[in-house]
Amino acid sequence: MAEGQRRDFYAWFWRAPLLVWQLLFFVVPLAFMFVMSFWLVKNYRMTPAFAFDNWAKMLGWNIFWSSYAYTMALAVAATILASVLAFPAAYGLAFRVTDTTRRWALFFLIIPFFTSYLVRVYAWQVVLAGNGVISAMLGWVGLGPISLLNTPIGTLVGYLTLSFPLVVILQTISLASIDKTLIEAAHNMGCSPLRTVFSVIIPAAKVGLIVAGLFCFILSFGDFVSPYYLGGSKPPTLSIMIVDSTKSGQQWPRAAVIAVVMILSLLAIAFTAVKFAYRRRG
Amino acid sequence: MSKQTLLKPNRRDILKYGVASTALSMPFVSRAWAQTVELNMLAWYGHGEPDVVAEFEAANNVKFKPKYYAGGDNMLALISQSPPGTYDVILSDAEFVQQLNEAGYVDELNAADYPFDDFLFDEWKQFPGHWKDGKLFSVMVRCGHLGVSYNTTAVSAEEAQSYKCFWKPELKGKVGHFDWHLPNLGQMSLLNGNASPFDIDEAAWGKVKETTTSLRPQVGGFFDYGGTFNGLKNGEMLAMAGIGDWITGVLERDGAKVASVVPKEGGIQFTESWSIGKGSKNADMAKKFIQYMLSPEGQVHSARMAAYPGFAVTKAGRKALNEKDPKEAQRTGQVDGAANDPVTLIKEGRIKYRGVPAQQGLEVWNDFWSEYKGS
Repeated sequence: MAEGQRRDFYAWFWRAPLLVWQLLFFVVPLAFMFVMSFWLVKNYRMTPAFAFDNWAKMLGWNIFWSSYAYTMALAVAATILASVLAFPAAYGLAFRVTDTTRRWALFFLIIPFFTSYLVRVYAWQVVLAGNGVISAMLGWVGLGPISLLNTPIGTLVGYLTLSFPLVVILQTISLASIDKTLIEAAHNMGCSPLRTVFSVIIPAAKVGLIVAGLFCFILSFGDFVSPYYLGGSKPPTLSIMIVDSTKSGQQWPRAAVIAVVMILSLLAIAFTAVKFAYRRRG
Repeated sequence: MSKQTLLKPNRRDILKYGVASTALSMPFVSRAWAQTVELNMLAWYGHGEPDVVAEFEAANNVKFKPKYYAGGDNMLALISQSPPGTYDVILSDAEFVQQLNEAGYVDELNAADYPFDDFLFDEWKQFPGHWKDGKLFSVMVRCGHLGVSYNTTAVSAEEAQSYKCFWKPELKGKVGHFDWHLPNLGQMSLLNGNASPFDIDEAAWGKVKETTTSLRPQVGGFFDYGGTFNGLKNGEMLAMAGIGDWITGVLERDGAKVASVVPKEGGIQFTESWSIGKGSKNADMAKKFIQYMLSPEGQVHSARMAAYPGFAVTKAGRKALNEKDPKEAQRTGQVDGAANDPVTLIKEGRIKYRGVPAQQGLEVWNDFWSEYKGS
């Protein structure tokens, strides 16, 4: 066997498990879900068919589109909030602390993932309720009692619980990887600290910052737990609509339509974001 | 074996005698394992928990493997996705038994195996949908009533006597829904004066939608069992539609200031029935379990279930409950002659059985429910 052929075989041997895994557990189920969106449900049983009924029903249903807009708005709000709130923390960890402190901080940011997300959301119910801590604090300053539970704010708190540590970690890694000489050069040339952030640091870390925001968006857009347990399912997001469809009348094909629309939306947004991240300044 | 070997065995001795003793004990161990029957259960949460099944498990060397669902549609969805024989015993909401039977998911039962003569109420012996062409497919095991559930500090007992209390201005944003269209829309139908709340024509259905939509500004959220439970417990929700004592009863036992009543417009009965899954490999044990649940001991466990209480359906079961837990029997009206005796309420015409929509498709009701939630 020639040297080149041996190298090709070796490369493919190690690539194969990942490809097989992706094919079996991503591509095939995705294709099946797409096919299922054309099936019909008769007497609680799914019947293979090639009908556009589910697509026509869902895409022509006002509730679907209002739910889509609401889900999108909440995910965008969570992404902006998480990105803006995480940046000062990430900046501090990247530039203002020692390596040891940064490592410990990143370790502590990972710790929330050790506990179940559902448990953390249930804990938030106690905090956000009308007789909870936040309401009591607002009461002291004459603004309460206010219940944030079963509101869009409650949902946003849940989304940030899920994604905020991850956004801080990704932003920190991204900022810490910046060539420090660029920052020094900016300072030497009389650039103010604020301008250095906006003209040097953010453009240099653009890819990482966008990827961090993208992760937040993806996690929030598809989340079921927070809108249901902290938002009171009022109004329902797309993930809640999926669950409702499967629960009632076994409408898996309609749920498949919603899922396909969600995946297409995420793909479009992810590609746009990545394209923007790698776009060169003209 | 030398004394020295016994006192100070080396590693090889330990391995040798360990393997030998394990091999010798295998027949006994495997026999014990072989006798343990695993029963797969499909049920609402709580029916396979130790407070209900532990005694039966111990007495019959059975181990339950429960799969829980929430709502009849969800139950049908789960069973339709499983191969025949997956579930040995199936607890179904009574209104879905007919569909279970039509789809061929359950086996025929022998009526002589169950204590129908001891049932508290004659109508329950021939519960709609449980029999077809003289053949029995499911046996009612417990029931409960749905009405107005409320926080007693925010709603008076008098106000709770009508579903109209949900529209009370002070409850704005504090009225919750159990997230299942059937009980909620059934209650709205009762409020509109429909004698058969699930069998209504298009005009009446239009009015039910109108009434329900007018409640939307009052609604603080749509919840599953856990959310409903927490909402009432932490005072976030001061009144709940679509539920009854099956949730507030658990909270009441913990001292929460909540209660459920059947209002003047009437209440809805949820009914739960056991069937044996088609293709079950443990049909005999499944039958024995259903017989146990209808025995006085089983009825007491069922009525006092930790997850959610219910009513006993047999006379012997009610008697046993009064002996074992008179306080709970009193609280739930399961005392002969009590004003809120569940059987008396049915006889007075104040209770309607929960059913599936007779003149509209279930999908129509469900679609409206989704629209209502999103409005």
